Amino acid sequence: MNPVVSFSRDLRARTGTTGLVYVALVVVLVVSALFVAFQGRNLFTAANTIDLFTRSSLLGFLAIGQTLVILCRSLDLSVGYVAALSTMVAAITMAGDPSRIVLGVGVTLGLAALIGLVNGLVITKLRVNPFITTLGMGLVIKGYLDTRFQGPSGSIPAEFQTFGLSRIGVLPISTLVMVALAVVAILFLRRTRMGFHMYAVGGDSEVARLSGIRPELPVITAHVLCSMMAGVAGLLLASRFGTGNTLVYNNGYELEAIAAVVLGGTYLLGGRGGVAGTVAGVFILATLDTVFNTLSVDPFVKDVLRGAIVIAAVAIYARGQHARTAVRLRFPSGGAPPSAAGPPDPPTRPTPEPAAQGGTR
Amino acid sequence: MTAETRPPGGRSASFLTALRGGTGTVTVLLVLIFVVIATQNPSFFEGPPLMAFAKKAAPLVILAIGQYLVIVSGEFDLSVGSLVGAQVVIAARLIDGEEALTFPVIGLMLLFGLVVGLVNGLVTTLLKVPSIITTLGTMLILFGAVRYWTGGAPTGALSENFRVFGRHGLDGVPVIGQLPWALVIAVVVTVGAILLMRSPFGRSLVAAGDNDTAAAFSGVRVWRVRTLAFVGSALMATVAAILIGGFAGVTAQVGQGLEFTAITAVVLGGVVLGGGRGTVVAAVLGALTVEALFTLFNQLYLPSTIQPTAQGLIIIAAVAYASRRGDLRLPERLRRRPDRPDERQLDSSRR
Repeated sequence: MNPVVSFSRDLRARTGTTGLVYVALVVVLVVSALFVAFQGRNLFTAANTIDLFTRSSLLGFLAIGQTLVILCRSLDLSVGYVAALSTMVAAITMAGDPSRIVLGVGVTLGLAALIGLVNGLVITKLRVNPFITTLGMGLVIKGYLDTRFQGPSGSIPAEFQTFGLSRIGVLPISTLVMVALAVVAILFLRRTRMGFHMYAVGGDSEVARLSGIRPELPVITAHVLCSMMAGVAGLLLASRFGTGNTLVYNNGYELEAIAAVVLGGTYLLGGRGGVAGTVAGVFILATLDTVFNTLSVDPFVKDVLRGAIVIAAVAIYARGQHARTAVRLRFPSGGAPPSAAGPPDPPTRPTPEPAAQGGTR
Repeated sequence: MTAETRPPGGRSASFLTALRGGTGTVTVLLVLIFVVIATQNPSFFEGPPLMAFAKKAAPLVILAIGQYLVIVSGEFDLSVGSLVGAQVVIAARLIDGEEALTFPVIGLMLLFGLVVGLVNGLVTTLLKVPSIITTLGTMLILFGAVRYWTGGAPTGALSENFRVFGRHGLDGVPVIGQLPWALVIAVVVTVGAILLMRSPFGRSLVAAGDNDTAAAFSGVRVWRVRTLAFVGSALMATVAAILIGGFAGVTAQVGQGLEFTAITAVVLGGVVLGGGRGTVVAAVLGALTVEALFTLFNQLYLPSTIQPTAQGLIIIAAVAYASRRGDLRLPERLRRRPDRPDERQLDSSRR
């Protein structure tokens, strides 16, 4: 692993974490292509490429929203349920009538935004842990869906189904929309005041507050946007199914989205990372899925491999970060941590930059 | 059951502090739910129904204790639900109705739990993977591996001896009729956990959860106590699997979502996600509260599908209530994120 680590450290110094994630994506693509080629098949057939892009769009919407929330050192476990609710709301509002498409999209996104607003307010005003808030919100929605609906209902007009089903060449429309939203999110984070505030609050909300930022506002905004992205994901699902489907929440999207975000190099505890890395993380997961599909791997083995790969990838990132920053910053005088035998345990947290050090303690 | 799980010693003083902390909240909530249950069904406290409740609640109590160990040390274990499912399926497949195999297989299950916990712990501590990702990965791996092994649907059958723990008990006890083994096991585990948390190991665990850098400088091997916490959680999940398998039998869905129920129970008890605060007793009371709530829903003839809604509202309300006190500092809960227990607001030293 050492060459990998030193290589990754070297690379990180030059390109930053996001560059590393894109290198990882290229490596995954090349290795997958070679692997598939050895099995006598081709990874980059039109069908496979379409499959890859199609998979990436849904996860992409959820992961972009999740990135914003995680950057603020929050978490959203309710996105799968919001997406499921959104398919229902969209399908029932549209009711197969093309003239109601705009209304349907508006109502869906509005409701999703409202859910995000509630999440954000509960987290910031009532000071409930985000994990609990969004888990609870997810359960509330699940209970409502299970009680109110017994099966698929509503119907999506054919015009709106183009969103999920049509494509330009090998590029599905939904993927283009996803990439466009990713670009908007990147600009939002890098160019707007609110975007900077999100990083500040995620890095250290106390320092952000002392610097004159209201820490609640970025968190609430992030939650609203995240839920709206889940709403978009729900619209996409609805347009693919043609009806509203409550069982969408069984697919574990929220955890997959978090995995994509972390795989994309965003720090799970806020303040570092970005949407560009997340998009690469999404494509890595989509590539893996496509490879498994091409090689017709048993779906259960797929779960095993996916779990192992996510852990391994995060472990490799973590090694690069810790080796470089932790020792130097924590023990400037060269004093060793008090672990006589065994691995170096105390500095578990990589510190983004020396300046942040004073504020956290 | 609540009476015997209270820790001995320092009664009046610690009782008052407990009332102000999360333990008080959850106790009040539990009593409230029991009162409502009693008004609906006065015979609930007449022995046998209460024992049936205890039998049903025991696995969650045990899981909550395991989850408590991990949470108080500043980590998370999302893999327990999958592990319970995996263990039940493994037991059914290996025992396959053969009485003689019962105890060897139980030994094997404990060993398997030990290995899973060790992997969770070492990957989290040595490879520095955030525990939410580690245990999410193990959850996927266990889920997929077990289904692949059995070809999708669980096969085999549990032996009668295996089912004794979850289903039967000591007969002929006065007043209550039958003392379920599940209750005995839960009480033993609870007492064991209380003693454990009072031992040097328990203190180190809480210290590591509160501030791992400080703990490391005070001589705690943080990676070791945290790894042991994960091992404890996995072993508790194994014990819970034995009870659940015996009580409910083998299905493909067994264990699904249990990790969140266990976390709900622990958090309901006022144990802070992010580590360093909360007691085992509170976690146990939290588990009983969750289970009592489910019982209450059944008695009110609510459709079972509405249960998650109520569960969700109640955990949010309970945690909001527990964190309502305190100073007017800005979102402190936001700061206490899992996996970053060393990041604390400035006044985090003990009250």
